[in-house]
Amino acid sequence: MAPAITLAAETELSAANTGFMLICSALVMLMTPALAFFYGGMVRVKSTLNMLMMSFISLGIVTVLWVLYGFSMAFGTDSGSLVGWNSDWVGLSDIGLTELWDGYTIPVFVFLVFQLMFAVLTPALISGALADRVKFTAWALFIALWVTVVYFPVAHWVWGAGGWAFELGVIDFAGGTAVHINAGAAALGVILVIGKRIGFKKDPMRPHSLPLVMLGAGLLWFGWFGFNAGSWLGNDDGVGALMFVNTQVATGAAVLGWLAYEKIRHGAFTTLGAASGAVSGLVAITPAGGAVSPLGAIAVGLIAGVVCAMAVGLKYRFGYDDSLDVVGVHMVGGILGSLLVGFFASGKGQSDVQGLFYGGGLDQFWKQCAGVFGVLAYSLVVSAVLAFLLDKTIGMRVPEDVEVSGIDQAEHAETAYDFSGAGGGAARTTATPAASVAGSAPSKKVDA
Amino acid sequence: MKLITAVVKPHRLDEIKEALQAFGVHGLTVTEASGYGRQRGHTEVYRGAEYTVDLVPKIRIEVLAEDDDAEQLIDVVVKAARTGKIGDGKVWAVPVDTAVRVRTGERGPDAL
Repeated sequence: MAPAITLAAETELSAANTGFMLICSALVMLMTPALAFFYGGMVRVKSTLNMLMMSFISLGIVTVLWVLYGFSMAFGTDSGSLVGWNSDWVGLSDIGLTELWDGYTIPVFVFLVFQLMFAVLTPALISGALADRVKFTAWALFIALWVTVVYFPVAHWVWGAGGWAFELGVIDFAGGTAVHINAGAAALGVILVIGKRIGFKKDPMRPHSLPLVMLGAGLLWFGWFGFNAGSWLGNDDGVGALMFVNTQVATGAAVLGWLAYEKIRHGAFTTLGAASGAVSGLVAITPAGGAVSPLGAIAVGLIAGVVCAMAVGLKYRFGYDDSLDVVGVHMVGGILGSLLVGFFASGKGQSDVQGLFYGGGLDQFWKQCAGVFGVLAYSLVVSAVLAFLLDKTIGMRVPEDVEVSGIDQAEHAETAYDFSGAGGGAARTTATPAASVAGSAPSKKVDA
Repeated sequence: MKLITAVVKPHRLDEIKEALQAFGVHGLTVTEASGYGRQRGHTEVYRGAEYTVDLVPKIRIEVLAEDDDAEQLIDVVVKAARTGKIGDGKVWAVPVDTAVRVRTGERGPDAL
């Protein structure tokens, strides 16, 4: 991929690919609300809405920033292999509607909206580690800063022409490093700064709605076909379809891997295990699915399911409160998928690069390591610094009493569920939500 | 008058209700409750984290009875609630000074 100025003349617009990519973009958009339900079901009743909102707000913030300067930073002309810039793309002001993405058969507008959905999803992934305890304004600011100094540059490294990982030949089909390791490492960096939830390891913190978790996991799986298969930006050579198949295959295998581990280790097949296994498989196949065969995808899925099921227990051993296992599933799954490319790349998919098991030696493995640990280290450190700065200025955490009584009422002036016939004693007042949250007297204004 | 309270397994509610209707009781109040006795709770696992859940779902049935009927009524409830397994619950009675039917203002046994 080269800058759009040197627009290649050899490709023509494909209506089929354009239609396919617009549908894929909508599928990836669905993953953010799906993630909101996946996470929302896992928290306690008192912070359900906050968990949903932490994902949903990204649809607002990142969409606007992407249009203003994000696309330009991620995919503009490279400088120093670190970040891109293209002033024609600021505000998407100077992009022709029929201008094609260089070397591909789809318009720039289609490519940029597809990539926009990735940028929206990635910070939302982080939120799962921060459940129950982060001020909503601090989170919103964190998203804006984080995409600017972490996501946009990292997307450039991995997918932008001239980015160092791209030029090195790191294989990341759909975002194992740029999305999942990036989000997982950021989550780890932030929680090391802000600390644990009150009562971590002591109080029961059971998921309040496993049906919501299953719904979210199912919708993530569905949306992920757009995320993965769409990342080839068309299907003229069949690689997009290979990715589609491998996405299904690895995810199915990961469900079995997680459930088998759980049954042996804890004695039951849990729904949370099935949902988590599915997500771990989706994460692991994301970087690898274009390079491996379907049998390779089964291996990647099984390994991811078992290893992630083991990894989610580490937080109790080491005492970091990765509330909904963003590190254990996304960082670990992303690392596994990215590194396993070095073993399972068949040479018959997206490129002729072969991994160790196909006679290709360890060359690709070392490249994968560079991509994985470069992104991991950068994201971990910069995210921790951002969280530290926000904590020292506006404060990252809600006050203790708010965290204990529930963040939904304090930050959003709502409660998730009202099942009581008595309506929880609520009465209509004309007070503004801010006033009633602060506990002041109802205002005397009359409804117009 | 006596207030008879039964805290029992939720799935016995229908049997108890039918037995009480057959006995001639015209009204009762049911609330969802949770608690434990000798039965204790159970274990749940979420992503490998094990939780001991002590509080088990129960229902609490409350019935007002005239003094003469109370013992017999308790027997009816106990018989309908019993499964013979641990966790069947408890039934007890306490004296009640007065009761009023809100609609008519009738007091005492007439209010039942």
